[in-house]
Amino acid sequence: MNTPDQRPAADRQAPLLEARDVSRLFAIRGSGGLFRPARMQRAVDGVSVVVHPGEVVALVGESGSGKTTLGRMLLGLTAPSSGSILYRGTDIRTLPADAARRFRREVQVVFQDSGGSLNPRHPIARAIALPLQYNRGLDAAAIAHEVDALLDQVGLPPAHFRHRLPHELSGGQRQRVGIARALASQPAVIIADEPVSALDVSVRAQILRLMADLRRDRGLAYLFITHDLGVVRALADRVVVMTGGKVVESGDADTVLDRPAHAYTRQLLAATPVPDPRRQWEATTDTASA
Amino acid sequence: MTHAMTQPTPATVAPDALLDVRHLCVDIRTPGGALRVVRDVCLTVARGEAVGLVGESGSGKSMTAFSVMNLFPSPLAHVAAGEIHLEGQRLNLLSAEAMRAVRGARMGMVFQDPTSYLDPLMPVGRQIAETLQAHRFGDDHQARVLELLDLMELPHAAQVARKYPHELSGGMRQRILIACALAMRPALLIADEPTTALDVTVQSGILKLLSRLRRELDLGLLLITHDLAVVAETCQRVYVMYAGEIVEHQHALDLFAAPRHPYTQGLLRSILHPRSRALDLFSVPGGVPIAGHWPSGCRFHPRCPMAQPGICDADAPALVPVGAAHGPGADRCLRADDPQARDAWSQPACTVALP
Repeated sequence: MNTPDQRPAADRQAPLLEARDVSRLFAIRGSGGLFRPARMQRAVDGVSVVVHPGEVVALVGESGSGKTTLGRMLLGLTAPSSGSILYRGTDIRTLPADAARRFRREVQVVFQDSGGSLNPRHPIARAIALPLQYNRGLDAAAIAHEVDALLDQVGLPPAHFRHRLPHELSGGQRQRVGIARALASQPAVIIADEPVSALDVSVRAQILRLMADLRRDRGLAYLFITHDLGVVRALADRVVVMTGGKVVESGDADTVLDRPAHAYTRQLLAATPVPDPRRQWEATTDTASA
Repeated sequence: MTHAMTQPTPATVAPDALLDVRHLCVDIRTPGGALRVVRDVCLTVARGEAVGLVGESGSGKSMTAFSVMNLFPSPLAHVAAGEIHLEGQRLNLLSAEAMRAVRGARMGMVFQDPTSYLDPLMPVGRQIAETLQAHRFGDDHQARVLELLDLMELPHAAQVARKYPHELSGGMRQRILIACALAMRPALLIADEPTTALDVTVQSGILKLLSRLRRELDLGLLLITHDLAVVAETCQRVYVMYAGEIVEHQHALDLFAAPRHPYTQGLLRSILHPRSRALDLFSVPGGVPIAGHWPSGCRFHPRCPMAQPGICDADAPALVPVGAAHGPGADRCLRADDPQARDAWSQPACTVALP
């Protein structure tokens, strides 16, 4: 949901999470030898991204563009080869212990397939209880209460879902559990890596609406990693377009989608299927007359 | 098997249909008895025609496709009733051996995740050649493999043929799978979510390829997807499935211009597109009921804004034919002729501002 009035306010605030000129190199497998340095692949190449409190930033690009690696660096899961990740203005490598704990609590992640990140032997209540116990230090009674409140908030009636195992849930329900677990830590920003691309069109909208509501109610910020420009239009304030590890275009979501400046962005827009079958017949007559 | 049963009944078989599915029912055996997951599905695909089969997960669209191929993921699933005709031959009475000669030769199938259908230890060219061997295709398998790779618009065919699946991108692997499916020049290709796991730019390439193959090879294409935008790009006719039944079918131009069933209207409104304005992140409330727990009356009534107590929850609606601008269609809604039902969710259906 684009709420233009929130944007200037977000710009005035100090950035919550920032990647400053980060690069990440990976050794190409099998390229190095005992006396021969491995050839390096630049997955991310001098990228800067800023997420302000309450802002939704979409990171767009296809597989291999480096968007997931950038997301992992912002989470502190992958260290940048050069450049720095700043959390509330401080490099995450130099955060003192208590600030580092706050960083890990306030920056949460939702993956494409939440099912893969849930322990198949643990009921979902336990998956949500763990961050409550470790990140927030609640006692057993408070945890039970909070788990129910979180399940309720993501639209899973607790009485019915509390004791379910991950395999008993549908893809959309598992994604809701993933969001509830991220919310349990009371995050300031959620890094969502393709959170809806594995879901049906109808469930997709339900999850996106939930995420939009949470942003409105809790002032959550999102970094949305996606290749779906429809999702970008529906949710994002700003877009960062990546290809080959570099940022090729960034700006206000409406501007980028309406007047794409870079050829790759235009190509991405042209590739998005249009729900209008008339184009088929127009295309066929074009080729017939040509 | 009696001889009489193998005779197709000419009156029910559409003359120009390549694939003709009549009153198909699919059951799954469970300890509690048979569970009907597909009920009374009729659909046809003509030569050179792309037909979309659309619905949410659990609607029975993949089960319908598996019935045609007789390739059920579990031995517990089976065709309980109905007829499947391909080129006038009734498939669901064939012996397993006779079916093997049809499957892969007269019809091919591609799936959502090409990686899991390719052998990681074998060059892809040899995997395509395996299809040719299995069906005893001529002598020169090598030439046919290269010809197929060219047809799939893969550059440097000879080099690609020697590669292993992990050396290829997702889009290229899907092209290899399509090449396998088309190796024996089948008349029908069934594609089950062929682009769902792919990037949009790669998806667009695969859809263009499928459309080109359909035109050039006069191929019948049954495209199974949950994405109506993909259907709009590719298909001429559309079937919408919900809870194991077909709830609407129409020519694509009619379906997108004037969807009759409230479910179809809901699916159309939930499409997200970067060019559409005023999006409210619409979705049809609730979810598809679990197989075996179908609601009484119209199976969609608990989620339907048009549902009327005493009518929609009482009588199971039949699939009623309707004439539309571009060809015959049908819908399974008791209130489809109500003027209000034209806009069941009472807002403009998917407003797309085209460039």
